[in-house]
This record gives sequence, C-alpha cells and structure tokens, in this order.
Amino acid sequence: MGQVIGIGAAPKRKEDQRFLTGRGNYVSDIKRPGMTAGVFIRSPHAHAVLRGIDKSAALAAPGVVAVLTGEDVAADGLGSLPCGWGISDAKGVPMKEPPFPMLAQGKVRFVGDMVAFVIAETLEQAKSAAELVNVNYEVLPSVVGVLDAVRPDAPQLFDDVPNNVCCDWELGDKAAVEAAFRKAAHVAKLSLVNNRLIGNPMEPRAAIAEYDPGKGHHTLWTTSQFPHVVRFLMSALVLKLPEHKVRVVAPDVGGGFGVKQFHYGEEAVVTWAAKRVLRPVKWVADRSEGYLSDRHGRDHVTEAELALDENGKFLALRVKTLANMGGYLSTFGPNIPTNLYAPLLGGVYTTPAIYCNVKVVFTNTVPVDAYRGAGRPEATFVVERIVDVAAAEMGIDRVELRRRNMIPKEAYPYQTPVLVQYDSGDPMGCLDGALVAADVKNFGVRKAESARNGKFRGLGFSTYVEACGLAPSRFAGRLGARGGLYESATVRVHPAGQVTVMIGTHNHGQGHETTFAQIVCEKLGVPFENVDIVFGDTDRVQFGMGTYGSRSLVVGGAALSKAADKVIVKGKKIAAHLLEASEQDIHFEAGKFSVAGTDRVKTIEEIAGAAYVPHNYPLEILEPGLEEQAYYDPVNFTYPGGCHIAEVEIDPETGIVTLVNYTAVDDVGTVINPMIVEGQLHGGIVQGVGQALYENAVYDESSGQLVSGSLMDYCVPRADHLPMMKVATHSTLCTHTPMGVKGCGEVGTIGSPAAVINAVVDALAHLGVTHVDMPATPNRIWRLLQNASLPVAAE
Amino acid sequence: MQISFTLNGRPTTVDVAPATLVSDLLREQLSLTGTHVGCDTSQCGACVVHLDGAPVKSCTLLAPSLDGATLLTIEGLGATAGSNGLHPMQEAFREHHGLQCGFCTPGMVMTATALAAANPAPTEAEVRRGLEGNICRCTGYQNIVIAVMAGAAAMHATSAGE
Repeated sequence: MGQVIGIGAAPKRKEDQRFLTGRGNYVSDIKRPGMTAGVFIRSPHAHAVLRGIDKSAALAAPGVVAVLTGEDVAADGLGSLPCGWGISDAKGVPMKEPPFPMLAQGKVRFVGDMVAFVIAETLEQAKSAAELVNVNYEVLPSVVGVLDAVRPDAPQLFDDVPNNVCCDWELGDKAAVEAAFRKAAHVAKLSLVNNRLIGNPMEPRAAIAEYDPGKGHHTLWTTSQFPHVVRFLMSALVLKLPEHKVRVVAPDVGGGFGVKQFHYGEEAVVTWAAKRVLRPVKWVADRSEGYLSDRHGRDHVTEAELALDENGKFLALRVKTLANMGGYLSTFGPNIPTNLYAPLLGGVYTTPAIYCNVKVVFTNTVPVDAYRGAGRPEATFVVERIVDVAAAEMGIDRVELRRRNMIPKEAYPYQTPVLVQYDSGDPMGCLDGALVAADVKNFGVRKAESARNGKFRGLGFSTYVEACGLAPSRFAGRLGARGGLYESATVRVHPAGQVTVMIGTHNHGQGHETTFAQIVCEKLGVPFENVDIVFGDTDRVQFGMGTYGSRSLVVGGAALSKAADKVIVKGKKIAAHLLEASEQDIHFEAGKFSVAGTDRVKTIEEIAGAAYVPHNYPLEILEPGLEEQAYYDPVNFTYPGGCHIAEVEIDPETGIVTLVNYTAVDDVGTVINPMIVEGQLHGGIVQGVGQALYENAVYDESSGQLVSGSLMDYCVPRADHLPMMKVATHSTLCTHTPMGVKGCGEVGTIGSPAAVINAVVDALAHLGVTHVDMPATPNRIWRLLQNASLPVAAE
Repeated sequence: MQISFTLNGRPTTVDVAPATLVSDLLREQLSLTGTHVGCDTSQCGACVVHLDGAPVKSCTLLAPSLDGATLLTIEGLGATAGSNGLHPMQEAFREHHGLQCGFCTPGMVMTATALAAANPAPTEAEVRRGLEGNICRCTGYQNIVIAVMAGAAAMHATSAGE
C-alpha cells in the first residue's frame, strides 16, 4: 500500500510528471476535427469613431470562412461584457457603467480594442485576409494618464461619463481624520505613482470553441482561472445561451496571476463564431497581442498624508488616489482600487483613523483589473513608504517607529477603522524573525564594504497585511459584489477506495493536485497515490468560483475538508451497521473505522466496497454510494501578513540597482506543503521585485500607443537579476478556516515592492533622496544622481 | 519541400512549406506539443530544443535548416533515462520544485541540459547567466537554479558511473 502523506509533509508534486515530459495539455495544444483559425483585428488607434468596415475583399480571399464585426454582434442581439462589481460613491450614486461590447460598436477606446474577427481554413489565410479588411477610422484625441483624464478639457471616452470619472469613491471617517490631523505633532506627506504592470503569464491566452448542432451544445476551451464563472457570465449575460448547454474547459493553464481571471471578449466571440460557421474555431494570442489585450494591473497616482503625535504614534492616515480603469470596466475592475485597496491601509498598525478617496477613471488604455495582489500591494506601498518618510523626517529609527505602532499579538482579533477585522497575526514576531534572518545588525559592515567599492548600499523594510481568501459572500455583497464567492468540492470514494475530488478552484501552477491530495490523505487516511484532483471542466466539476485572491486553499480547501467530513459521517453509519455497534461508538482515525474499546475494525476501502455493493447495508436508512459534496462560504477574509527586508547595492556610475539580499518572514497560517508554499513565496516576491525595479507599462501620451509592447520593451525579471532569497514562515493560525490556513499566493508580491524601494531610498538618503518612483531603473536612478550634488566618488 | 532529419532518435521525413518555423512544424505537423511558444520576439525560451546537441530557440529557426540534422525535443529527452522516463535534469526539477505552471519548463529543461553538458559543475552565477534567455514567471527562478545545479551534478554522476 502506498504512503499516506498528510498536512505538513512535502511530497513532490503529482502534476510534475506531465509538465516535465512535455505531456501537459494546454489550450493551444488542442486540435479538433475540421478546426478553423481565427484572428482578431484590433484598433491601431487609442480613440476613434468607426466610420465603416469593408470586409468584401477579405471575404473573397482564399480560405476565408467568415468575417465578423460589431454590427453582427448587434444584429444577433448579444449583450456586453459584464462587470462583476458595482461600486457607489459617498452619496450612494452607482458607478458609471458604459457597455463593453465584445466587438467594438461605434467607437474604439484603446489600442487593441477588438474590431473584427476573421476566420479561415488556416492561420496564415486568416492573417492575410485580416490585412484586407478595410476599417475606416475617424481618429479622435486620446488620453492615457489619470491626471490628464480628469482635466476639464480632456478627451471624453463616453458621452455620459463627465470628466471620465467612473466613480468618486470613499471609505473611512473623514471628520475623525481631519480632527486627528489638527492635533498632529508631525504630518508626513508623500506623492507617489504605483506603476502600471502587465502580468505576462508565460502561456499566452487562447480559446477554442465548438458547437454540436445535434445536441445544441457549445464547448469552449479557454485559458481561464475560473471556467464556471466564464460559463455563467458568457451564457447568461453575453451570448444569452442556456447555461446547461454550455461547457467551459480550462485544461492546463500556463500561469495566471490574475490576467486569466476575467471573462474576455475573445471567449465570447470564439464561442459565438463557432456556432455561426458550424466549425471549431481556434484563436491563440501572440505575446504582443497579449500586451494589447490582457488586462493590465496597478496604475495609481496617490497623495498620502500621515499624522503622528510627538512620540511617533500614528494618529491618522489620509489617502487620495486616482486609479486607471482603462477604456472599459473589466470583470473585477472597479473593485480592485477600492474594496481591495482602502481596507488594507491600516496595515499592521493601530492607526485609529483612516480616510481614503479613490477616483476611478477611464482612459484610452487597455482595461485595468486584478494582477497578483490586486489593490493590496498598492495599499502596502502607500503605508510602508510613508512610514519610512515619517521616520526620516522625525529622526526616529524606521524599525522602532514600526514597533511603536504595531498591533500587538494579544490585541487580535483587531478591528480596523476601515471595515476589516483581522482575526489573528503576530507582526512583531515576523519583524523580529526577519531582522535576525536578514542579519540586520551587521548591515553597517556590509554598507562600509560597498562604500569601499564605490557603491551605495541600502536596507529596506516592509511589513504588510492582506485580506484574502475571497470572500465572505454576504460581506462582499454589501461592498458591491454581484456574485457569490464560496467554493465547492465533491469527494468521490470509488468502490475500491481510491478517491477523486472535483473542485471548483483552478490549478495553474499552485500545486493543487498535490496540496488537495494531502488534505484528503490527512482526512481519510488513504494513500497519496490513490487521490486524483479534477478541476477546470464545467462538465466534470459541479460549480466553482475558480482561483484568484489566494482563495483556493482557504475557501476551496475548506469545502474539500467539509466534504471529506461528510464522507466520514456516512462511513460511520455504514461501519456501525457492519460492526453491529451504535454509530456513536464508531471512531475514525487514519483510514480505519473501529468500535471504541474493541479490536473490531473496518477500513475505509471496506466501507466503500459495502457502499457500492450494498448486500449487507442499512438500505432502509442510508443511500448506497460514498460520494459527498460541500459548499463553503467563509465567515471572514483571512489576513496573512509578514515582514520583508530587501538589501540593494547601487552603482552610481551606471544607476544600476542590484538586489543583493532578500529576506521574508510570512504568516500564512497552517502550511499544508512547505515546499509548495516556499515556491509561491519565491515567485510572488520576484513579481514584486519586478514591479519595483524593472517592469513598467508605458503609453505614449500623444498617440496613446503602448510603447512597452513586447518582452523586448517590457522587462520581466530574469534569473540573473536575482539573489538567493531567504523565506521563512512564522505562522499564527486563522481562527475561522477549518484548517487554520490563510493563503500564500499573493503575499510575496504584496510585501516586496515597498521593501525594495525603501532599500533604494535608504541607499540614496545621504544625497537627500526621499522617494523614488517605481520602477527604479538605471535610467531613473542615474538621472536622480545627476541632479543630486553627488560627492566625488570614493577614491 | 521535403526534409529528412533525426527527431528524438528516429529518422523522420516531412513535407514542409519553406517558411515553416521549427516550433510550428513540431507542434502543428508532428503533434509534439511539449515545445511551447510563449512570445514572438525570441525572448522567452519556452521553445528551446537541441539542434545537433546545441540549444536553439525553435520559434526562430526555419524548418529547412533541419535537413540532415539531429533534433531533440522535450518528448525525447527522457526516453532513454530512468524507470519513470525522466532524464536526471527532469528529475532534479521535480525534486527541487523547479516548476509551477509548467509552461516554461520544457524550454528550461532543454537549456539546462545543454548548459550542464557544456559545464558539468556550473556555479550559481553561471547557471543564472545561462538561463538569461529563458523566462519563468512563476518560480522566481530560485528553485530552477538549485535544480539545474543538482541536475548537472546528477548528469555527471550518471555518466561517470557508466
């Protein structure tokens, strides 16, 4: 019999064999009989009126099957792409929510906006024919930045959205904050930009659709983090199809990071087109097409003020942010810079009063939505930067100032002034652990050594807290969520005792096939090799909300745990019958049902056998079979937190910032598989380092063209940019999730940008530098150094 | 045009249009979808294969250049190796959690095996430099670097023991 590998062990991953041998099954690997190829024609202009589309030449080109445009969409009476969150301003006025047609109608509003879809026998034919579609654009002035977009004379994207403001949103007690500022001994102020990012999962997005006219069934294979949500949104709201006739499959997906957690127009167009042409249709994005259409992330301009008393106690925080939404509202768009941002401005501190105003703004850019961390890295960056600014201005040590304001471990559960109540945490413990692990006490020695080599060395700290495990449905509903945020799992014990789990989360790198199997092993005592996890297919999995917001283990794992508990409850009834004992006397442990105080035992395999061959079975009171389903709706968010310390070295000759050391101590609650958690932390940290040092989505202000439109122009971190990181966990248990888990997918990305930038500023502090915007590229640093009165180099 | 080459140890003859990229030939015509295409600027390295033993980006190579050559893809790498069909480098990636979503993995492993063949005991810095042409967005590279160093040692130990 194979090994039972439970919670806390680190088995190698079940999913690795297929990926290592090239036997993964990604959407672009799929071929269907009679398949056609589709390409999208995308707007080359940031803002233009569509004056007409002449598709006659394209239709006559070799191999062309169809050319579809927004007019065809309108003629078929299809809906627009829905936004899953409706936010309101302080007076309760709902956000402006202009339609987002799957193919542009009347106007295009960003470079990359979809104008037409060309289907041909081969990809080459579709590409050639797309060149022949004559789109007549009347180009309009465009606006790409939030500061420009809200000016009174700015180009208007929508006639009924004055000043391009989707919503003027706020949270917190404004009067209390103003009162606190009036009595402050010191006020620290900071203006900052949270740079626009492009997620860049390594697998470009893709979709294949097929229609079965005999059954009236649609199938869509798509690179999605949440196939059930795609099915629901697309069938109910966009294509207006009966949901039970639509199957959505998200097979192996090559990374997501949020980019694949939206319902995209391409999915709807391909599904609709497959029925129109009665052939399977395949579309695969080029990387550069992804840059123009994958939802972007971040893009805030913020003014922050922190009020402190004479001892450095935080009295109040006031934050004003302009958040870029791009040209339309994407699935989660307006939720990210509001509900997932302002409630985290308390950080790990006891700040008693917080007020945040966010203007959510339309611009002629790719729609902006969630990207790993989504709102929470932006909040952390504001808090942890301004704490450093305040420390420098007041002459208080940065670590000491943090300590004076940290929520003590004993104070949990802790109610913040911005909606959320942290259930558990130990920020001081994380800080202390990180200070030791990062060898902070010898930093001076290392800094002196760098100085001898003509380099500037800096140390940066960031604590953080995040709200994840999205989400308690009722609470989310009050914030504007238009759907539920629970998760579901089915545990099917087969007649011989093997187990298949059907779960509504989606595995695209997180190792669910391994972690969830460990939970089953722990619960049911079955061998690890006897457990399979099924996900990503609406025909196989009952329902689900998918994977995002560090929710899979927290919410999906809880559903799985609950379903396994139900299996045990039923198993006890069966065992009681077989062992001729009362149900109360049956004890279950490590895969065995026993009668307390006796040696009478039935294994779970024997119980499963009896359930499926019910000859000796209590059929009068119990149904045959051993399969249980559970839905789980969390009672609160979970609140992972931690402390990150970055150490950088800057070459003043070139402006190059080198990350030389990185230490993270994170509180992620119970760790199921430490190997996988560590991998998640590594990846998350490096994405945050990418934001801090390398990545930047840049639009040309006059033309609205995306300048950073390829991997040659947009710098994602490479192996030689990074040192070996030290990561460790310092866990307190979540008090309300079944296993005490908190989630770990996003924590790295949340803590790291502030830690790195604080280190960069620290390295340059002797030159009077008080802030550096991200990314801290060599160019930006070199210019800063030229403007500073640089002392003569070390020699 | 017709080209003949050795693919994963087997003589192979195919008809291809002269402008066909090797990555497309493998994926579309030969159904070897382990070689991935992650970009259109030869940056990401998900498509790396071995041409006459050297790592090349198959998205930037025309099929006619294969004529008479020997090509090894991820599907052929483990074919002659241990009991679970894994090459020592594949085994090292598994052992050290050097992969998450798996999309960059075939290219990473192919680059790594070539690197280790040329340099049996690479330093961390040499591995990091050697992987500069392969992008991974999931792992932060740390476990990949550890895996490549371990895989190189295992390849060397295996060949020394033969």
